[in-house]
Amino acid sequence: MQIYLPIAEMSVNVFLLLGMGAGVGFLSGLYGVGGGFLMTPLLIFIGIPPAVAVGTEANQIVAASVSGVLAHWRRGNVDFKMGLVLLLGGLAGSTLGVILFSFLRGVGQIDLVISLCYVVFLGIIGALMLFESARTIRRRKTAPGQRRKLHQHNWVHGLPLKMRFRRSKLYISALMPLGIGFLVGVLAAIMGVGGGFVMVPAMIYLLGMPTAVVIGTSLFQIIFVTANVTFLQAYFNQTVDVVLALMLLSGAVIGAQFGARAGAKLHGEELRGLLALMVLAVCGKLFFDLLVTPSDIYSIGVVR
Amino acid sequence: MTRRRPVRRAVRYPVTGITLLGLVTACLLVPAGSARANSLVADLSRHLVAITTGFVGTDVLLFGATDDAGDVVVIVRGPARPVVVHRKSRVLGVWANTAKVTFDRAPSFYAIASSRPLAEVAPVTVLARHQMGLDNLRLELSWLKASPNVARQWRAGLIRNFEAVGLYRAEVGRVLFLGNRLFRAGIHLPANVPTGTYQVKVFHLQGGRVVSAQTTPLQVSKIGAEAEVYDFAYQNSAMYGLIAILVALMAGWAAHMAFRKA
Repeated sequence: MQIYLPIAEMSVNVFLLLGMGAGVGFLSGLYGVGGGFLMTPLLIFIGIPPAVAVGTEANQIVAASVSGVLAHWRRGNVDFKMGLVLLLGGLAGSTLGVILFSFLRGVGQIDLVISLCYVVFLGIIGALMLFESARTIRRRKTAPGQRRKLHQHNWVHGLPLKMRFRRSKLYISALMPLGIGFLVGVLAAIMGVGGGFVMVPAMIYLLGMPTAVVIGTSLFQIIFVTANVTFLQAYFNQTVDVVLALMLLSGAVIGAQFGARAGAKLHGEELRGLLALMVLAVCGKLFFDLLVTPSDIYSIGVVR
Repeated sequence: MTRRRPVRRAVRYPVTGITLLGLVTACLLVPAGSARANSLVADLSRHLVAITTGFVGTDVLLFGATDDAGDVVVIVRGPARPVVVHRKSRVLGVWANTAKVTFDRAPSFYAIASSRPLAEVAPVTVLARHQMGLDNLRLELSWLKASPNVARQWRAGLIRNFEAVGLYRAEVGRVLFLGNRLFRAGIHLPANVPTGTYQVKVFHLQGGRVVSAQTTPLQVSKIGAEAEVYDFAYQNSAMYGLIAILVALMAGWAAHMAFRKA
């Protein structure tokens, strides 16, 4: 059964969209990430114009993140104050990101920039996660039950504008979360992701937040940043396809619930290792596509 | 009374003669077709293609009749629009768009059907004049900065890309003659056709010359829910954005409520 997407201006199989949504939703529930970094390349792969894929995916991530954050909130695992600071940076970053996106689209370089951003960030994060999970698995086998310090102090703790974040048990400069939020906002606008895969490691290693609070707070920030991206992309570029988003999120919210349940039963370290491998696989494919000679060096652009 | 100077006989007869010769030549040169301007009639099974929710492409039937034998060629052209073409080259190992060209007016859709192979129907000059066949499609560049060879490569790039998505069809379809006069041709529009007014041109050729032609319009429009979503997105962009967010928020909340442990 086909459905015609009004903004993307093409027909796609309904079951394909529901399946994609469910699959990516399952993975997002399993790992606590938005899933945008998998979905956007998948959408582009099935033929959706990249600009529409990015705008629509932001819309879908809003729904997935709301569904996720409510579960964490009920358990008290969201640091709202930290989330607020992060989202202030995120709103600024995503607004700049959408403007940058429009500009790049006008000069015909948006596809290249999206691919490069994916390759760079997925590569870095994937490699870091792989090392981290390998190290943790090895340490688990050799020395179980080591007591660690509450948090280690590094250069971050020397910055000005300190604020108290009670839920995270932190007394830290607000500049850091603002900066992280800003960077994540720019990425969200250009890549059509939630940014969780950058924010979660940053929160753990740069801010030193307790792991329990990290995912819920990150989802909280993602909701506002992706909502902002959705609004701006719809307003400036008219690239948000609500019908496509609805199809995807129908599958995704259901898949996410099953994924969260499955995630609770499995070991965290092995899971992170698998996610790292998946991230590196997507990164590798995109990198390869950039280097290999294209099938046609001529392509059609957008008329401005 | 002043007598008019008589026109000399030596001048009068040649003038009259030339005038008469001119009139006769004019009569002979008037194309025979104009006397039979209605030697071709054609129409479409429908003039409106509505793109609705389950649109997967559609077929429109063209039918008609000719007064005498000959060939019929049908060309379907989508509305002409400006098209930007990019060309990639290797920059620091990575393939990136490095050159750009804008074609001011390129048809957004092109399909052709003929009763016999085009080469047998008319000579190349006639085919080129009426833009019959993808090779004869006139795609002009707004400015020609490079040699004709390079311009041809840009043009070929545009045609190849449009062919790849199914908007240009190089293969010539069949115009079927039923008997000697009645003909029909099926026009297939794929799912991704652009909206607008299409021109369906029907040519009647005899002896390699176009003796009659007719143009009939075909309207392709989005109708129904999809059209309203599209119009709303473009006309009330801000409200559309807010509604998109609202829908996502509600869907996320609904999913959470549906799966919440009692």
